[in-house]
Amino acid sequence: MSEQSAHRALGLTDHEFDLICEKMGREPNGVELAMFSLLWSEHCAYKHSRKLLRNLPTDGPRVVMGPGENAGAVDIGNGYSIAFKVESHNHPSAVEPFQGAATGVGGILRDVIALGARPIAILDSLRFGEPDTERTHYLVDGVVRGIGHYGNCMGIPTVGGEIYFEPPYEQNPLVNAMCVGIARTDEMVRAAAAGAGNKVVLFGSLTGRDGIGGASVLASAELDEGDDAKRPTVQIGDPFEESKLLECCQELLAEELLVSLQDLGAAGLTSSAGEMASAGNTGIDIDVGLVPLREADMEPFEIMVSESQERMLAVVEPSKVDAVLALCTKWQTASAVIGEVTDSGTFRILKHGETVGEIRVDDLVDGCPLYDLDPEEPAGWTYPNRVTIEDEATPSDITLSLLSSPSIASKRWAFEQYDSVVGSRTVHRAGAADAAVLNIPESGRAIAISIDGNGRRVACDPFQGTIEATLECAANLAVVGAEPLGVTNCLNFGNPEKPGVAWQLGRAVEGLAEACRALEAPVVGGNVSLYNETPQGPIYPTPVVGMVGELPDPEKVAGENWQEGDAVALVGPFDPSLAGSELEKQRGEIGKGLPVREIGPVKTAIELVRDAVRSGGVRTATDVSDGGLSTALAELSISSGIGFEGELSALIARRDCSEDDALFGEGPGGFIIAGEPAELEKLGGQGVDFELIGEVGGNELVITAGNSRVEVLVEEAAAAFDSLEDRIESDQAGLTH
Amino acid sequence: MKWGVLQFPGSCDERDALNACRIAEASLGEGGGSGGSRLVWHEETDLSGLDGIVVPGGFSYGDYLRAGAIARFSPAMNAVAEFAAGGGPVLGICNGFQVLCESGLLPGALLTNERTRFICRQGDLIVGDADSPFLSELEAGTTISIPFKHQSGRFFAPPELLEEIEANNQVAFRYAPGHNPNGSLNDIAGVTNQAGNVLGLMPHPEHAVEEFSGSTDGLALFRGPALAGANA
Amino acid sequence: MIQALVLIRPKEGILDAQGKAVEGALPALGFEGIEHVRVGRIVELKAENADRLEELCEKLLANPLIEDYEIETISE
Repeated sequence: MSEQSAHRALGLTDHEFDLICEKMGREPNGVELAMFSLLWSEHCAYKHSRKLLRNLPTDGPRVVMGPGENAGAVDIGNGYSIAFKVESHNHPSAVEPFQGAATGVGGILRDVIALGARPIAILDSLRFGEPDTERTHYLVDGVVRGIGHYGNCMGIPTVGGEIYFEPPYEQNPLVNAMCVGIARTDEMVRAAAAGAGNKVVLFGSLTGRDGIGGASVLASAELDEGDDAKRPTVQIGDPFEESKLLECCQELLAEELLVSLQDLGAAGLTSSAGEMASAGNTGIDIDVGLVPLREADMEPFEIMVSESQERMLAVVEPSKVDAVLALCTKWQTASAVIGEVTDSGTFRILKHGETVGEIRVDDLVDGCPLYDLDPEEPAGWTYPNRVTIEDEATPSDITLSLLSSPSIASKRWAFEQYDSVVGSRTVHRAGAADAAVLNIPESGRAIAISIDGNGRRVACDPFQGTIEATLECAANLAVVGAEPLGVTNCLNFGNPEKPGVAWQLGRAVEGLAEACRALEAPVVGGNVSLYNETPQGPIYPTPVVGMVGELPDPEKVAGENWQEGDAVALVGPFDPSLAGSELEKQRGEIGKGLPVREIGPVKTAIELVRDAVRSGGVRTATDVSDGGLSTALAELSISSGIGFEGELSALIARRDCSEDDALFGEGPGGFIIAGEPAELEKLGGQGVDFELIGEVGGNELVITAGNSRVEVLVEEAAAAFDSLEDRIESDQAGLTH
Repeated sequence: MKWGVLQFPGSCDERDALNACRIAEASLGEGGGSGGSRLVWHEETDLSGLDGIVVPGGFSYGDYLRAGAIARFSPAMNAVAEFAAGGGPVLGICNGFQVLCESGLLPGALLTNERTRFICRQGDLIVGDADSPFLSELEAGTTISIPFKHQSGRFFAPPELLEEIEANNQVAFRYAPGHNPNGSLNDIAGVTNQAGNVLGLMPHPEHAVEEFSGSTDGLALFRGPALAGANA
Repeated sequence: MIQALVLIRPKEGILDAQGKAVEGALPALGFEGIEHVRVGRIVELKAENADRLEELCEKLLANPLIEDYEIETISE
């Protein structure tokens, strides 16, 4: 195949190829073309999203590192910072769910490790199709085991996450993993190369042909067809290697042996070395003949684009190279000097001293054209609907149906496969559904972490839906007494070249920006995953928001179950509507649009709840989320084993809403607080809507809303809530690994 | 008392165990909480100055061959065997229990959980009637609540060996009724050697030593040897 | 050098959870009439001679308490 047509197979447009030729003054050879194709890909260059992302607020008094570094970081005082980032591994997980998810976790851990931080928590945000097909069972089983395998073996606790099931994810599941780490602020390293003459050291796993499927089109020009079997496209994760790598990096940094550090992720050496040189305004020489290989006969381009996992790249002063290699040996991890920092501004690839490729760093890393989107708002609802609930279902039937709906039902069977306690930071909470809380003795405080995204609601209204996801994170933090410090995000969308998807993406980013500005929560990092579509169409637009907050006292997190005799209050500007709700989904009536809700009053309610929790007066608090008030109250009953009796007429009168809206409607800004009546009354009269709605007791959940009445035994509710495991596990049994 | 906590490539819970040792020390008024307890690298052979050893949880050497199979051959484990033969207290937790079984310091073996999956949850243990310094603060028959987390925790011993373990009162902990997460024979969660100075268990006492974790029941195991020594 | 294959499998009579899981999944996948599935390991190795292979198996590759092993020399 000639290189003129090879560039198309590699995903570069004719225009981009011409631009490359123009910049180089000649046509690129195979190695160079492979490198360009990766760094000018959507994944590395963000060519369809970068312009939009410029609108996100990224500054704040606590920000230590913002977008552009391996991960973002915020100051938590006493000389320490919290580093965090969320990243997608959607496509690899669709192909091989176990390894795809495992290497997704491995990759995001390395991003945080590369900053010089020690990872202290993992969270995951997962999306699958409805759990009724063999494919979904296979994907769920593999992804959950893959996440557990990697995190558990690394000794990093998986402390939270969410799993949603919606038809548009059937063929294109989403696997977003978030890692949170801690570092001494003054010991954090940046990824920029510096100091001509300094050595480039590659350490960790050996380099093999992992993940070079995309570039294998080049191989067919250079290698025999019979060699195809040598090109696995699935990366295999080795958490044992990464565990050694983590300890090795921590020791290298503690001994002050490194100038800079970078992990190898997508696009392997090309991306890591290129971005190091770009960030440092240097040049870099890499000799592929010096790279420790798993298979001896690899071509230079294969070595440059290999996505073998568990590898790091460091810049080291010549006098410290021996000490670095010795520490790698101590940790039983391979290492080699593979190149040098130069002042040439050029990325040179050599093979045993002979140049086999030469590209200006600027052209490679920053030369990719950025595209404007061509958005157009779709006229109506463009996703399928299906009816799964009977017309004559009573409010009690609906409550049980919502509790057993896959996106709402208990995910305990999944989360129990994750080590959530290693590290001795995880704060134990009975309900444990909202935000994870980690003790941080280094700062004398604690942090809370939440991850959230509701693709269906974003599909209804990308702007409002994304605001809601961000507010949901802040609400989750508030019920444990935490205020936001920073935000990371993963934007999972379809093909941005389609006007409808472009509109979703643009509006979602505007919503994220507006909500983060209002909450004063800067976006310190993130990831974009586009082209999530199949012939059936795009996924729901799914911005996943990860938020890290801080609280003064890990003992006061309102994680307790409610108790017999507790009063229960609804707090906040919650104005429930069935639009985009779980019930509307079950009725097959989802349509375009969500009611507009102002951020300001929600923020005020969030702050009131946060302060009440911090004061220690509130033992039980949760926010109203998927499935509305009946679901939130049922979940509190299930968790405690104690029923509730209450009445929503005040809400119906105040909002002028229907009985269904009150019982099952969704929307931001609602909190349920339980406790001593006298403590609850303190929340009234503070400028935030407040009403007592009932009392805890008995073995039944009884909610009256006008002429509608929910009457469900707690036992029945629990059975519905716990029904998902059997549905998921019916036809598989953990066959591999 | 000064603890040494072994560290193998692939160990996960070694810092947690060290933290528990220090909290135990502090609770006994020793060393201000950061006395002499330290990590012991798997290549070290000199355990002098240490009063107790913890073989911690994790995935030593990736557990790729068989849980604990490779770690038992490390230089440090040879030293631990000598230390145990001299009567020194040795506590194996999870992977450490597997290592101690593989090395023959404890009887039995740990198999893949009945349901093959990794499981992590808080659960109840009933203290056995083994005579061990680690149990000096725990009364036989009482219940403690600590986290379980493992994929290969199903205790197994051939019938004769099992009988011997029971007859010698070597059971340190059993899972409370309904809490056996893995199909262990006789609900056994932990055993001791015949002398009682080596104790291994699958659940994780080091993750139940601070209030915020929801239980401090695990602390007793780390306080036990010092208290036993004081009473001796 | 000889090349050897060491087959390691759970001892007869010990609950092989992985084997059971595989067996349990077979009907759903349309495989009928297959039973007694056991999941073990194969270790491939090259050695100067077979002298110490037994010892290697006893000490490291297998746990004699729960596993049986067979050594198969496949080439001299």
